[in-house]
Amino acid sequence: MLENIDPSLVSWSRGQFALTAIYHWIFVPLTLGLSFIIAMMETLYVRTGKEEWKRITKFWMTLFGINFAIGVATGIILEFEFGTNWSNYSWFVGDIFGAPLAIEGIMAFFLESTFIAVMFFGWNKVSKRFHLTSTWLVAFGANLSALWILVANAWMQNPVGMQFNPDTARNEMVNFWQVFLSPVAIHKFIHTITSGYVLASIFVIGISSWYILKKREQFLAKRSILVASVFGLVSSLMLIYSGDGSTRQIVHVQPMKFAAIEGLYNGQSGAGLVAIGIMATAPGDTNSRNVKDFAFHIEIPNFLSYMAYGKFDAFVPGVNDLVDGNVDQNIIPVRDKIERGKLARETLAELKTARDNRDTVKYALLKAKFSDPDFKNTYFRYFGYGFLDDHNQVIPNVPLAFYSFHTMVGLGFLFLFILFLFLLALFRNTLEKRKFLLRLSILCIPLAYLASQAGWIVAEMGRQPWVIQDLLPTMAAVSHINTTSVQVTFWLFAVLFTALLIAELSIMIRQIKTGSK
Amino acid sequence: MERSLFQRIFLFYYDGFRNMTVGKKLWVIILIKLFILFAILKLFFFPDILKVRFTNDRDRADYVIEQLSKPR
Repeated sequence: MLENIDPSLVSWSRGQFALTAIYHWIFVPLTLGLSFIIAMMETLYVRTGKEEWKRITKFWMTLFGINFAIGVATGIILEFEFGTNWSNYSWFVGDIFGAPLAIEGIMAFFLESTFIAVMFFGWNKVSKRFHLTSTWLVAFGANLSALWILVANAWMQNPVGMQFNPDTARNEMVNFWQVFLSPVAIHKFIHTITSGYVLASIFVIGISSWYILKKREQFLAKRSILVASVFGLVSSLMLIYSGDGSTRQIVHVQPMKFAAIEGLYNGQSGAGLVAIGIMATAPGDTNSRNVKDFAFHIEIPNFLSYMAYGKFDAFVPGVNDLVDGNVDQNIIPVRDKIERGKLARETLAELKTARDNRDTVKYALLKAKFSDPDFKNTYFRYFGYGFLDDHNQVIPNVPLAFYSFHTMVGLGFLFLFILFLFLLALFRNTLEKRKFLLRLSILCIPLAYLASQAGWIVAEMGRQPWVIQDLLPTMAAVSHINTTSVQVTFWLFAVLFTALLIAELSIMIRQIKTGSK
Repeated sequence: MERSLFQRIFLFYYDGFRNMTVGKKLWVIILIKLFILFAILKLFFFPDILKVRFTNDRDRADYVIEQLSKPR
């Protein structure tokens, strides 16, 4: 059914989107977290009146400014790509995606662009309190921008609150609150912004540690570590809590992603959680499912069942259960879903033919189906499966999902531990002696970025083949354009973004070496 | 003499830009980046496919319905 879609076009379009999103996400999390750290530092300045806090605030504000300036508008490229490379998708999502992005654009423009000017230009020109308010508003504005983007992304992971209009082929929002307050959206938002807070805390601690090791800016470094480790520790706990909440959502709305991130092929009651594992090709992969076994793994018994359903003996479906179906667990086989999806697609085709032939009776009858709850739940919810030829196409890249997830979780716990150690060392006044910890925290800066990117790889690669869960596969979302043009723009972006990254790193490193003068 | 609100806003930004140190370099990067994004990439490489190929929403909808429903 998909033989006319050039697979290399899909791959290059996906590659380009991934490249853009990954580069964009290098700049965003630091903005999200550092803005709040700066606001806290400035609050301490306003409350205590000590000029040292003003100096500390201004130093981190400069690094924030560098990151903000280099990163600003890198996300707009994703919107360019929607219209050019993903036109079927852009049309199909309708106002569900448009509304949150429009709100984001307005909020970002007014909140950030207005108050960021006061934040940078307003020292000694506006009152201390007005300046402080502006700094907090920049932080809230940046995070609110993220909210709308993440609401839109959460809808793709769990499409709710909409009605498909078969006349326009667009999804129309019928319940804004269902979209906005979907549990997937709430957990995604909290998890994503807190990951940014932890990354920014690690960034501040890493640079401050460098100063301590170099015996420079001792006062700035220790005060910064104090603020960042408290903020980071609280954020880490929220990050773990929201991560747990996200996982519980995934098991319901994206069970295949859940099975993939745990490398679980055969469902089990009382399934164990693989804490650490190395995957290897399993013998006897007769179903061509690229089945991987564990060459080595450490498992916490029954914990996966508890994590997923809150019960130690609950059944957790594996990849094979979700593909082949499981009668005992009421899991429909993918083959059935493909048939249902095909019927939904055929109904759409018939409706268009009836409309073109001015067959009003048939047209009205078919159109009514798309509003009928029975048709929606039995057939339309599997619309995307109608594009698939083979039931194994629903399996994402399991090793990639598994390793990304475990990298993210492992590093998340490492950061929690490090933040705690820093706080402890500060209170015991032993920070200068902890050379290993100080050096480790510098190494943690790139690791924090790695964890953050791994999180998005879990979210986006783990949900393949879907661009909108169960409704639209990635290969059907792509525009029929020339592959060469996508290749050209891929390399243009690669060069542009690499140049921006080099500029960011060189300006930032120079500024850090200069210090707080 | 008391300055008007607009004069004060103008001077706020004017002085701010004049007194920038690292910021001047950053503004150059921002402007070059925006020029590349909007004047080159958007204009020459990223047309809105459905807007370019079709003149109205009816035709766009029909095209997408065809894409989504026809056996490929």
